[in-house]
Amino acid sequence: MSEKLIFEKGAPGRRAATMSALDVPVESLENMIPAQLLRQDAAPLPEVSEIEIVRHYTHLAQRNFGVDTGFYPLGSCTMKYNPKLNEDMAALPGFAHIHPSQPESTVQGAIQLFYELEQYLAEISGMARVTLQPSAGAHGELTGLMLIKAHHESKGQSHRNLVLIPDNAHGTNPASATLADYKAVEVRSDPQTGGIEMAHLEQLLAAHGQEVAAIMMTNPNTLGLFDSNIVEIARMVHEVGGQLYYDGANANAVLGITRPGDMGFDVVHFNLHKTCSTPHGGGGPGAGPIGVKEHLVEFLPGPLPAKNAQGEYYWQDPGPRSIGKVRANMGNFGVLVRAYTYIRTYGPDGLLHVAQSAILNANYLKHELASDYEIAYPQTCQHEFIATAQRQKEESGVTATDIAKRLLDFGMYAPTIYFPLIVHEAMMIEPTETETRETLDYFISVMRQIAQEARTDPDTVKTAPHTTPIGRLDQALAARKPNLRWTPGQEETR
Amino acid sequence: MTYIPNTPEDQRIMLEALGLSDLESLLTPVPEEVRLRRPLDLPAALAEPDLKRLLSGMAARNKTLDTTISFLGAGTYDHAIPSVVPHLQRRSEFVTSYTPYQPEVSQGMLQAIYEFQTMVCQITGLDIANASLYDGATAMVEAVLLAVGPGGRGEVVISQAVDPQYRRVLHTYAHARGFSVIEVPTINGVTDLERLNEAVTPTTSAVVIQQPNFFGCVEDVRAIEPIAHKGKGVFVATITEPASLALLAAPGEYGADIAVGELMSFGNSMSYGGPALGFMAARSKYMRMLPGRLVGQTVEEGGQKRTGYVLTLQTREQHIRRERATSNICTNQSLLAVGATIYLAALGKQGFRELGELCLQKAHYAQRQVTAVPGFKAAFSSPFFDEFVIQSPVRIGQLQRAFEQAGIIGGYPLAQDYPDLPNAMLFCVTETRTREDIDLLVDVLKEARA
Repeated sequence: MSEKLIFEKGAPGRRAATMSALDVPVESLENMIPAQLLRQDAAPLPEVSEIEIVRHYTHLAQRNFGVDTGFYPLGSCTMKYNPKLNEDMAALPGFAHIHPSQPESTVQGAIQLFYELEQYLAEISGMARVTLQPSAGAHGELTGLMLIKAHHESKGQSHRNLVLIPDNAHGTNPASATLADYKAVEVRSDPQTGGIEMAHLEQLLAAHGQEVAAIMMTNPNTLGLFDSNIVEIARMVHEVGGQLYYDGANANAVLGITRPGDMGFDVVHFNLHKTCSTPHGGGGPGAGPIGVKEHLVEFLPGPLPAKNAQGEYYWQDPGPRSIGKVRANMGNFGVLVRAYTYIRTYGPDGLLHVAQSAILNANYLKHELASDYEIAYPQTCQHEFIATAQRQKEESGVTATDIAKRLLDFGMYAPTIYFPLIVHEAMMIEPTETETRETLDYFISVMRQIAQEARTDPDTVKTAPHTTPIGRLDQALAARKPNLRWTPGQEETR
Repeated sequence: MTYIPNTPEDQRIMLEALGLSDLESLLTPVPEEVRLRRPLDLPAALAEPDLKRLLSGMAARNKTLDTTISFLGAGTYDHAIPSVVPHLQRRSEFVTSYTPYQPEVSQGMLQAIYEFQTMVCQITGLDIANASLYDGATAMVEAVLLAVGPGGRGEVVISQAVDPQYRRVLHTYAHARGFSVIEVPTINGVTDLERLNEAVTPTTSAVVIQQPNFFGCVEDVRAIEPIAHKGKGVFVATITEPASLALLAAPGEYGADIAVGELMSFGNSMSYGGPALGFMAARSKYMRMLPGRLVGQTVEEGGQKRTGYVLTLQTREQHIRRERATSNICTNQSLLAVGATIYLAALGKQGFRELGELCLQKAHYAQRQVTAVPGFKAAFSSPFFDEFVIQSPVRIGQLQRAFEQAGIIGGYPLAQDYPDLPNAMLFCVTETRTREDIDLLVDVLKEARA
């Protein structure tokens, strides 16, 4: 059964929340607001009782799959366990119920948290300073490109208008480049190593070196492979005056092992909702702090947290060369409290073990699936790898989509599929460090069973899922005749 | 290790399957010259009870609005959160999921977002809405980017009565993206219509106002609309205090093309200003230009053709369209959207109206009481909703000290953003303030004056 919409429930006159009685003398509405500026029609919100609301959203929650429900190997999204402690800390009234414009003396603990988290992230990434302002990874990318732009402008290099982006990069990279008024230029990846094709990079730099503003790289990249040429790449790009941007989507693989700053990157973003275990919330919120080397510090958005000689924390306005501000207020503070708690939970040895364990889990899955699936790049991977459905597609017409859907029948979420774009029938698998060996073994056995079904009973896979609350949905219809909101009476016309 | 379930023995077995003897052998792809051969310089690990003590201590160094009376608004509003909201919003199936790429097991989040999109349309009076944006400021910028268009260079006209932080964010983006921004001054706390009329030209791509504006004043949107539309520009209404929509004309009613703003205060804790909840609603004609996720209703491919929900019109988005996407946004604010949806369901049609009335009445009572204190004057005579600006006869620093001594948090000092208002303070009074709170504020002002 489909769940009715909240608008289709309730009855006129029903309500849930109660409002305090008006305790001040009443003034007539028309005396306060001119009639032509008043609302004509009341907002037609639902009229439902509290019990109806509770059952409705409980049912919706039950129709939703999260990390707490089961294995969630969604590649490049780092769907690790979200510790309950972090939720409790973010909900402390002293963190949850404070206003961003409160006097500094009344929010010392909050500014301290910003101050210390900045230091932790700077150490983890090998950067001079960090801004905690950006709201998500893509927002961090844009902020980073703005910093790079400000840097070039300060050097009289405003003409630099190209950003080099590998063909296996996240879609946000080229989209962010466009938003910063740059032209995205694709760099080919090497079919053997999976890293950047050095000859192509050399060629691009020789032809356009003076126009290159930056290169954006994810390392390890979306193939789960560490680009061993990184030091040489950094040297080449810096030599022509370009900057190196590190997409931190896959930073879970490098904690305590290596640092973007040491690899030669000038700017790095973190996805705290990936690396630092803050929950993904059904799509967000996240947080996308940006770390920079010393030469970019003066351009950071402000204000930045600071501490005076008396040990008091305060917000320091940025200097005149700051790019400005990329959002209202200081950042996704509630997310930052969780990330802070996470880093303090693990400490230096623990974070290293996080990365090592994530890498081991990925390599274990890759090794065990190789008997039944093509592995796009067989070498040692880092936190994730790409298996493909190419063999299944050729043999029986079973695609990556079909395998993803069939996995849902076994109480697991699906990998990221058809990404990166350079691998056909890609299934990008990232187990993270928080899964037990038993869960990994169960996933392996299910994947082998699906491969077996593809050989002997492909229709079962092609028509999956069979046990979910609803079957495959008509995406084409949704796009051809978009219905993006409920309107009264629409259920009768369906 | 805390959240790593596998023991050294588990890991030994897995390594053995790989034919390896230690974890280090998995790190060979990382060149030695970039390896960090020392422990990260971070504080040592802490156990859960110790961390609770540490963080509770830090939280205790903040004055929480649970126990402190505050008259701060200025973009972040204190509206009561019914208990039912966090209880349902924090269901871990919502909290620990991600963008619903697999709709068959994500109907809950998809349907909740579809309901959110509908409610945003209901309160704004517009046709369509997206699944959320980072915050009100970036939502406003996204509306401007839509109006400017890909590669566009036309100028954008914005009122100086729009939240100063929002304008700062707009300038930051405009510089990077390469379009110009013209700011229109205010008169009596509202946008100067004559100057607005001069600023809007045939090449204007967007006209941006805020309703009620940063001073809490209600703009004459009926007079602004024809000016905003005299060229081809997009009329963008920014709403930072959504409770105002209960009483004030909806953007759809007064002819706005796009409404953007901040919905954090509906069911979500203010959390020092973030995570926030940006929204965007628009007329249907902008459907394929909208940034961010959109959830649509559809039916099953086969079988019973049951109704379901999917992410749709994804060809606008970065993961498909890459450098030609309408926006770079990926991660958004879904969980906060769920909170706002449950909040609006809990208030319902009647409760929403009452919320608006309580805010309006209490703020007007407060303004009458404050301006009855000798020396404290209303800065403007324009109509207002639940915020108002007061010219103080004593210096703002002195006023702040008086508030501190009384153990309350006063209003928002305007001098930092409006140097021509050196002794002005913006007070906000929502439904969470009682008559006693307001009378206490008045007493403090009287004392500060004496």
